[in-house]
Amino acid sequence: MDALNSFIFSFFNLKVMAQYLPLVAQGLGLTVVLALLIVVCGLALGLALAVIRSFGLRVLNWAIIFTVDVFRALPPLVIIVLLFFGLPAAGLSISGFAATWLSLTLVLMAFSEEIFWAGITAVPKGQWEAARSTGLSFLQTLRMVVLPQALRITVPPLTNRTIAITKGTALGSVVGVAEILGASQSAMSFSANPSPLTLGAIAYLVLFIPVVALGRWIETRFAWKR
Amino acid sequence: MTHSPPIIDARGLWKKFGGLAVLKGVDLSVAERELVFIIGPSGSGKSTLLRCLNRLEEPDDGSIQVDGIELLSPKTDLNAARRRIGMVFQSFNLYPHMTARANVMLALRKVLGQDKDQAAQLAARALDRVGLAERMDHYPAQLSGGQQQRVAIARAIALEPRVMLFDEPTSALDPELVGGVLNVMRELRQDGMTMVVVSHEMAFAKAAADRVVFMADGQKLEEGPPAQIFDAPRHERTRAFIRQIDRH
Repeated sequence: MDALNSFIFSFFNLKVMAQYLPLVAQGLGLTVVLALLIVVCGLALGLALAVIRSFGLRVLNWAIIFTVDVFRALPPLVIIVLLFFGLPAAGLSISGFAATWLSLTLVLMAFSEEIFWAGITAVPKGQWEAARSTGLSFLQTLRMVVLPQALRITVPPLTNRTIAITKGTALGSVVGVAEILGASQSAMSFSANPSPLTLGAIAYLVLFIPVVALGRWIETRFAWKR
Repeated sequence: MTHSPPIIDARGLWKKFGGLAVLKGVDLSVAERELVFIIGPSGSGKSTLLRCLNRLEEPDDGSIQVDGIELLSPKTDLNAARRRIGMVFQSFNLYPHMTARANVMLALRKVLGQDKDQAAQLAARALDRVGLAERMDHYPAQLSGGQQQRVAIARAIALEPRVMLFDEPTSALDPELVGGVLNVMRELRQDGMTMVVVSHEMAFAKAAADRVVFMADGQKLEEGPPAQIFDAPRHERTRAFIRQIDRH
């Protein structure tokens, strides 16, 4: 019984939780902002790179593939730490928030480029030929015939990857970003009680279960009539 | 018919894939309103020849004039030229994310610059011409293969091309669906459309073609009216090919 009581005192201490709820809620807000910025910028850059890659310019494509492979290979935390501690040494100081945003944006860009690219190449060659044979230009064909089909194929892997990378916002706590985990950890130090971490976990669930559900909805919504 | 200047005039076409020459200096000229059938064993280069005629395939050498346009000249606006050259593919290649009508409308709007109402009207008319007025709002996956191919024909003829290229238009169809597509092609022919058809539909060739071209090994071996090619082929390869086809 004592063990249970001490567990509840440590992790479900309602008094502590009530006290630090505003702090963790602020962290939630920051996580939302950070996540949105990462998703919007990362996916936009990934799509842009995939589109540029479809032009088939050899040197440019080598550069894209190299960049993408680098950011797919590096652990996100390594990129964050490198940017946060490395850039000031180069005379460029960068906030923890910016370092986290930039790192995860680059990682999402890299992974989503590969997914978008796979989607583009999965569209049968006949679709290009049919569209081009009616006089549509390369870009018109890409935009109106190929991408709509490619994007539908990419929705499931893309939502998965996007969710996985946005959860990486927790890494920002390492460089002093007061997002959910960062805020919870501060609250834990102030209160000398780990209950705020429970609060943080709940905050992640509150944030990401709807996102996961949204992903599922998008997947069914975009699967077209067969 | 043969005295009017050719609407398609291809000369000395060469095409290599890797080290393999698929076209070895082929000439093809087609008169206005003529229906030319290209037959030959697989690998003879007949599809490649057809695909060169709208530059889906880039010839390595030679010249192609279509409706007075030098197709291979770097100065030619290829997209503008292509809208005068309709093409129908073996695998239909309809856009699966669009309805039949939207499939037809796309190029009307984006290539010819028509507004939505005008394009919708012309698309409806083209689909009516191929007998699919009632299926306009269906997606390709909701149509049979024969219906899909007719939508593909409508998509091409809506642009009012000067010539139509057919690349094995019935090869992917179940036998009972072939007739509908051939009927549409027959009507196009009656309306005076210039057509180049790569196909194994020999009965259709006999009945409808003005001229049959027999190709083998990247060369045009023999050409002439269907009666000559089918009943009195001069070349041994042609004879062998016709014999084999007739057995089926």
